[in-house]
Order: sequence, then structure tokens, then C-alpha cells
Amino acid sequence: MTTLAVRSFRYWALRYRRQWVEGLVVSFAQPVLYLGAVGFGLGHLVDANRPETLAGVRFAAYVAPGLLAAAAMQTAARDSSWPIVAAIREKYTYQAMLATPLGVADVLIGHLVWTATRIGIAAAAYFVVVAGFGLVAAPIGVLAVPAAVLTGVAVAAPLMAHSATIGGDDQALALIERLVIVPMFLLSGTFFPVSQLPIWLRLVAYATPLWHGAELCRALLLDRFYAGADLLHVAYLIAFAAVGTLVALHTYRRRLVT
Amino acid sequence: MDTESHILARGLTKRFGEFTAVDGIDFDVRPGEAFGFLGPNGAGKSSTMRMVGCVSPPSGGTLRILGMDTAGNGARIRGRLGVVPQEDTLDGDLTVRENLYIYGRYFDLSRRAARAKAVELLDFVQLTERGDARVDELSGGMKRRLTIARSLVNDPEILLLDEPTTGLDPQARHLVWERLYLLKQRGVTLVLTTHYMDEAEQLCDRLVVMDVGRIVAQGSPRQLIAAHSTREVLELRLTDADRAAFGARVDGLAERVEELPDRVLVYTDDGERAAEFLHERGLRPISTLVRRSSLEDVFLRLTGRSLE
Repeated sequence: MTTLAVRSFRYWALRYRRQWVEGLVVSFAQPVLYLGAVGFGLGHLVDANRPETLAGVRFAAYVAPGLLAAAAMQTAARDSSWPIVAAIREKYTYQAMLATPLGVADVLIGHLVWTATRIGIAAAAYFVVVAGFGLVAAPIGVLAVPAAVLTGVAVAAPLMAHSATIGGDDQALALIERLVIVPMFLLSGTFFPVSQLPIWLRLVAYATPLWHGAELCRALLLDRFYAGADLLHVAYLIAFAAVGTLVALHTYRRRLVT
Repeated sequence: MDTESHILARGLTKRFGEFTAVDGIDFDVRPGEAFGFLGPNGAGKSSTMRMVGCVSPPSGGTLRILGMDTAGNGARIRGRLGVVPQEDTLDGDLTVRENLYIYGRYFDLSRRAARAKAVELLDFVQLTERGDARVDELSGGMKRRLTIARSLVNDPEILLLDEPTTGLDPQARHLVWERLYLLKQRGVTLVLTTHYMDEAEQLCDRLVVMDVGRIVAQGSPRQLIAAHSTREVLELRLTDADRAAFGARVDGLAERVEELPDRVLVYTDDGERAAEFLHERGLRPISTLVRRSSLEDVFLRLTGRSLE
């Protein structure tokens, strides 16, 4: 007997077989572009001015972990928005699964684990590029990949919960992208320390999974991991992912079991 | 071989908020029979099917399938059912073969078994040549056949078909009927909903007629016609003048008369004689048709409405 969730995971893996080449190309191209343009291009100017605010490292080294965490978030955001709405409303993918021995929890967990896999592929590619630019300080840095996956899952689970509630109005997806994902990308310690933000925005940033993910990846890639502080980031992300999954289980049930 | 009912429902009810879709129905489906739910849209057929398919929990009553209560046994029961849903739930991006393969994998067939099953089922529904086509490229009739093939990957004991031929052209419908008949020969229990009376007559050993959430009659097609209609029906299209005076002329001639917007149905055991008799009384219909009673007439009788 294979665990039921594995069976729904297989479906997404089968679909992916048709597009994995494009997927990989994008996964490698994006970090090269971002790190090249922002990390080194813009970083050249930053380093010439006030490098002391950036934890005493080059801008490229500062921004690389943030970009890694942000890439995990964006992969998560993409895979947990439209694909969920389509699976429920257009393609009836979930309904087809639910006519078999699979239950709602299997459908959700299988999809979430698949999303984590995709985030893992993207994060691993990012890591390879970061390492290629010489921005990994020590072997412990490789743990930034699972840290990025955890960050991505913490974003994906609540987004899946939300996507399962979307009826006829696709605007909701665009709003999430514009009002949640993009501001998080810009303001959660990806490009500059949140200490640069006004206090109220800083408090908002502290609540986002991306800030915790970026801090965690930074500690690992710069070889500045301190168990005390950084395990709190891990705990926060796990809690975020767990609560998101429970809420998703609820919204999936409400939508799919009628 | 178990003689117990394959499906047993008592007081089965489904409510959506204030709305009662299925209102306390009782029915039994015996092993190996073809059992139909006939009724118009909104009668509660699909809600009943979804409860039987263990994807929609009943709001009340008892529902036992293959000897198990649906509450708490959903996964176990679904493992032994095949489902052909009303809406198309195939994956249009995958190939015909992949759709069958992945479905087999949901039922935990090994890779090899799932591949072999796909080959066997493609042959059964005559889609072998289209095995590597993307599902989006198939016609409606082919998709339906593929959905039927998909519902068979786990060798189900009961096959649930919700409106299996709605939207298909006559040729495609006959092909589907033929395959369903073969399955029935093999001993698969068929449960289907339809709003086509010819489909119900073709396929069903027994059926229930549903209307607004209730079962209004049950029996074999023949029994239902005998109990609720006459042997023949005379269909007349009349001028407005004839129509106005029609009531008096038909008096004492027929068991029952239904006046529809476009025609008048005269229920009688001898349609030809009734037509002659009306002619003698001076009626000149625009057109006259004598036919045998169908389930449509039964439905009209029971609910006062036509099916379509």
C-alpha cells in the first residue's frame, strides 16, 4: 500500500515531465540575472558608499541569501495560486482524484509536497549559481537549500488555503501577488536590512515568513549561524507552514466535500 | 456471490443549507443489475450519485454500499467503485494513455500493471490508435469513452454513470451503450442517471423516477409504462380553432389527455381508432402520430411536466 498522498504527488510529477527542461532553464537563468545585475551591478555602487550597514559584507554576499529565499517564495506563490484554482474549477483534477480512494488530506498533502519539491529544485539551482559566484562562505551554507524550501512551504500552505476559496473572481490572485508577494519581496530583508524601515513597517516585516527565511539563509550562507537566534526562525517558519496547512485542509474540505 | 444489495438506501437525504436536494429516498440496487435514476435536471439524481460515490456525505438516512456504511468507509468503498462523472475530469494536457496510467496509479496499481491496464482498456473502448494523442484533441464521444475506460482501471464491482451520453451525437451514444451492455454482461453492476427515456429503456433493468428530490415511481421500464400510461399515444397538432373545441370532441374517447403548448397527447390503447373517431367527429389535425407509450409519458403523468 503506497501512502495515499504519494499517489496524488505522482500526478503532479507526471505533468512536470513535460516541462522540466524549461523549468530548469528558468531556475538557473533567474539567479544569474538577479545576482549579476543586482548583486554585482548595483552592488558595486553600494559597496563604494556605505557597506557598514550590510553586516560588514559585500552587497552581493548580503543580497544572495535574500534572493535565494525570495526565489523560493516566488516559486511557492506561483505554484499555489492559479494551479490550485484550475485544479478545482477548470480541470477538476482534485475531483477526479477524490473519486478514487484518495481523500481531501491526501490530495492536499500530495500537492503541497510536490510544491515543496519544485521549490527544492529552484532553490538547489539558485544555490549552485550562488556558489559559482563564490558567495558561499562555508560548507554549512548548503543548508540554505532546505531553509529556502521551508520558507517556500510557509508561503505555499496559506496561499493554497486561500486559493481554494476563490470562486469566480480571479482578481483575488492578482491582489495577492501585488499586495502581498511583491511588497514582501521588496521589504522583508531581501535587498537591505529591515532596520532601514520605519518602525511600523519593520514590525510587519518581522511577521512575514520571508524575513525569517532570508535571515536564516543569510546566517547559513555567511557562516554566521547561531543556534539560539536562528532556530527561532526555523520554529517560526514551521509554525507558519503548519498553521497554513491546517487552514488549507479546512478550506479544501469546504470547497471539495459538499 | 453475495445476494445482499450492492447499494441500500433508506431515508437518504441531502440538504444544502435550506435547500433539500434529496428528500428521504429509499432504494436497493442488486448485484449485476442495471439501475437507473430518471428525472429532469434538478431532480436530485446527481446529488444521489455523489453520495453513492462517497464524495458527498449524506445529511440524513442510511446508505450502505457493498455491505459497508458510507460513513467512515469512503476510501474502501471508492476503491471498489468506478465513476463516470457528468463533467469532464480528464486531464487535457496529458495523453490518452497517461490519463489511464495515472488513474491506475491512484488505485495503487504498479507501474507495469497500470501500463498493461491502459492497453487493455484502450482496446475495450476502441481508442488504441489515439493512445498517444493529447486528450484535448479528442472529440466529445471519444472523451466519454476514455472516461468510461478510466472508470474501469480498478475492475470496479459497481459502475456509477452520471448522464453518460448527454451531449453526444446518436452514433457516439450507441457506441457507449454497446460498451455498457458488454460490462453488464460481465456482471458489473451499473447505476446511471439520465434524462433520456430511450437511454433508460435501453439500459436499465429497473429504474426510479425522481422529481424534486423524491422518488415518484419505481419498477422496470415495462412495469412503469403499464402502471402509469396506456399502450399507445396519439399525438396531434391542431389549429387554434380545433384546439378550442377539442375538449368536447375527445370526451369519452381516451383515458387521459395532456395538452402541451405545441401538441395534444391522447392516451388510449388503440391510437388508430381514436384518430378515426376524431376524424368522424369533424376534427382535422395538422398532423397525427400514433406511437407506443414511453417513459416520457410516465414522467409526464407522474409530475405533470415533460422531461426535456
